[in-house]
Amino acid sequence: MFGYYLDLALRSLRRNKALTALMVLAIALGIGACMTTLTVLHVLSGDPLPGKSAQLYYPQLDPRDMDGYQPGEDPPVQVTWTDGMNLLRAGRADRQALMTGGAVPLQPAQSSIEPFFENARYTSADFFPMFEVPILYGRPWTAADDEAHARVALISRKLNDKLFQGRDSTGETLRMNDVAFRIVGVLDSWRMTPHFYDLNNGSYAEDEGVYLPLTTAYELKLGRNGSTDCWGKGSDPDHMDTAPCVWLQYWVQLDTPAKAAAYKQFLIHYSQEQKALGRFQRPPNVRLPDVMGWLDYNKVVPGDVRLQAWLALGFLLVCLVNTVGLMLAKFLRRSAELGVRRALGASRREVFMQLLVESGVIGLTGGIAGLLLSLVGLWLVRKQPSDYAALAHLDLPMLLATFLLAVGASLLAGLLPAWRACQVTPALQLKSN
Amino acid sequence: MDILPILSTLRRHKITALLLVLEIALTCAIVCNAVFLINQRLERMKMASGVAEHELVQIQAFGIGDTADAKAHAQEDLTALRQIPGVKSVALVNQVPFTNSSWNTSVKLDPKQNQATLNATQYFGENLLQTFGTRLVAGRDFAPDEYLDMRLVARDEKLAKKVVSVIITRDLGQKLWPGQSALGKTLYLGGDPMRVVGVVAGLIRPSLFGGDATAQWSMVFPLRMDSDNASRYVIRTAPQDRERVLAAAAATLRKNDPHRIILEKKTLDDIRADFFQDDRAMAGLLAGVCIALLVVTALGIVGLGSFWVAQRRRTIGVRRALGATRGSILRYFQTENFLLATIGIALGMVLAYGINLFLMLHYELPRLPAYYFPIGAIALWLIGQVAVLGPAMRAAAVPPVVATRSV
Repeated sequence: MFGYYLDLALRSLRRNKALTALMVLAIALGIGACMTTLTVLHVLSGDPLPGKSAQLYYPQLDPRDMDGYQPGEDPPVQVTWTDGMNLLRAGRADRQALMTGGAVPLQPAQSSIEPFFENARYTSADFFPMFEVPILYGRPWTAADDEAHARVALISRKLNDKLFQGRDSTGETLRMNDVAFRIVGVLDSWRMTPHFYDLNNGSYAEDEGVYLPLTTAYELKLGRNGSTDCWGKGSDPDHMDTAPCVWLQYWVQLDTPAKAAAYKQFLIHYSQEQKALGRFQRPPNVRLPDVMGWLDYNKVVPGDVRLQAWLALGFLLVCLVNTVGLMLAKFLRRSAELGVRRALGASRREVFMQLLVESGVIGLTGGIAGLLLSLVGLWLVRKQPSDYAALAHLDLPMLLATFLLAVGASLLAGLLPAWRACQVTPALQLKSN
Repeated sequence: MDILPILSTLRRHKITALLLVLEIALTCAIVCNAVFLINQRLERMKMASGVAEHELVQIQAFGIGDTADAKAHAQEDLTALRQIPGVKSVALVNQVPFTNSSWNTSVKLDPKQNQATLNATQYFGENLLQTFGTRLVAGRDFAPDEYLDMRLVARDEKLAKKVVSVIITRDLGQKLWPGQSALGKTLYLGGDPMRVVGVVAGLIRPSLFGGDATAQWSMVFPLRMDSDNASRYVIRTAPQDRERVLAAAAATLRKNDPHRIILEKKTLDDIRADFFQDDRAMAGLLAGVCIALLVVTALGIVGLGSFWVAQRRRTIGVRRALGATRGSILRYFQTENFLLATIGIALGMVLAYGINLFLMLHYELPRLPAYYFPIGAIALWLIGQVAVLGPAMRAAAVPPVVATRSV
């Protein structure tokens, strides 16, 4: 029966090609626009480390003086060198890393490559296991290297390809800012989306090319990229380790909720202790968001992307209403034909099924065309200048969602017209002719 | 024109008519808001900077390793850059409009107040105003002997207290002292008093840190930068010389010190275009969606109109046989469309208002100006009439003889 209905549907659709094309195009445009924007939204609001992110926390303290104090105010979004180092050395979490972004002038050994700036991350040893950074060659540096201010570096796979043509470069020397570093490891391809561990240089920034111990970078006064927020005496370029400024990010790994609760208590005790010492002046003001909480707090997904998704949903709605109207008019126009079928013994259910197959064909064709259009749309997004542009790719969940949306939309667009059309009274239709 | 027969016909096509009304309403609501958003973006892209944009180029130079004497190094660079033919003025500054790096500080009107009055941007650099081409509207520019070295000031609290003059924008002055002249007034940064010695017409904050409403809250201080604490050389030249001067500047800087990296050789026009690229892309996208929406709606009207005409062929024939002219058939369909469009537009206005409220709540957008409503209405009426013209003319062409035939 299905085959027969399909044949009927195709015949009917062929009879009015322009109209069929219009209906298919409307659905395709609507679904294409929707899936493009929803995919971008999905990619940008995703979990950067699924399965791990709930165990990673971002401790916040309030070390500021009483100037401008307002009870209930949010604590600063970064930590001072003193607090960062204190917490790092206390080692109360399962893993912990202190870090900041930077940029280093890199001087390749080959004379064919001019010196260039490479984005860097100055951090401590736990960074790599804590964020599950894949290592292609070698290994991360150790806590002892941190203590010794060792001249060691890890580099990204991309940089390794550029400087060493992809071979195992561990043990090689890399000159940065006139200082020789020993490469101890090469990362495998790795990109955190969003760039959650440091949102200062763009929420969707690419991961860094060079990784150095924070202690080494500070000793060598390597250039920083990021935000510095000071109070009191303000910043002192020579003594950022004692300056009343927050400029570092501190992340901890806490494997169980109980440990997280205990760590929060530890942060409160720490704040009280610092207040007793006279370093802190404000009452303890502690936060401990996990990765997704931290991303929410920072509202990382650009407002424009949300707006585009709303716009596309509105567009799809108009396209659907348009198609429903056209299909309804088309089905009602065939009342006579349907009346004949009904009079010849077809049940209302069968007529309904027949019309549903016809609208289903339109919906499905529109859906498939919409999927192709969303691929074109995503390609267009990737041509955009935004820093997240390169991330706009369709993944499996979104592919399935597109299919569900297409089927759902086509059913929705077909149900009402089919139901309305099969309500015709056969006798009346026959009589009117 | 008789409206009653139209209404009675529409009553028999309730659902189809309702869908058409709904489509027109949604299109009207979305297009009104989208056009408003486009205008907002275009307005934003026109934001005034207060600097001579078409005459400025920027080039960044970063030394590798330690520089022995950063001050002398910077002065050598500046002297060499001034020698380039066509260069009118050169400055080494801490920040440049329309870039994403900015220095900001909180400002107080009274050192004892607990909450700062506002947050404003700090521009540093010898000869900055003259090079930027920022227009002074009151007071004076800094005297050459007023400048202190940033390198020393940042490390010496006593010396920092000797920075006592500031030049601010007119907007910032009006915000701090509404209705009064800012000239000669005192503001406080971290407890230190600064006297306003000059007021400029405008000078935009680099990253628009603090939102568009505070875009002009800038202050300029008499501080001299060196190659250690600043990297941005700004050069003023004639518009037609910009590319040549940029190339010459890069060569000069490299010749002065080969041991460094030269970056960001750009005209300020390019820097500005980059800064607003997201706005431009969004405006383009919104315009595309508007056009697509209007086209889909127009085609929908054509489609439905064609159906109705085909369905009513017999009726039209009868009417023609009974003496109706071609013109009255044409007008019948035009009036029908006008009626549906009017209901759709009325509904669309309410929807447009609702969407605007939603956007105001979530995207800090202003209220939709009232004149968008009549413009939106006229646009949709026009589109409706144009779209229905084809089917209506086909209806008018139905010969009276159809009445005598059975289908």
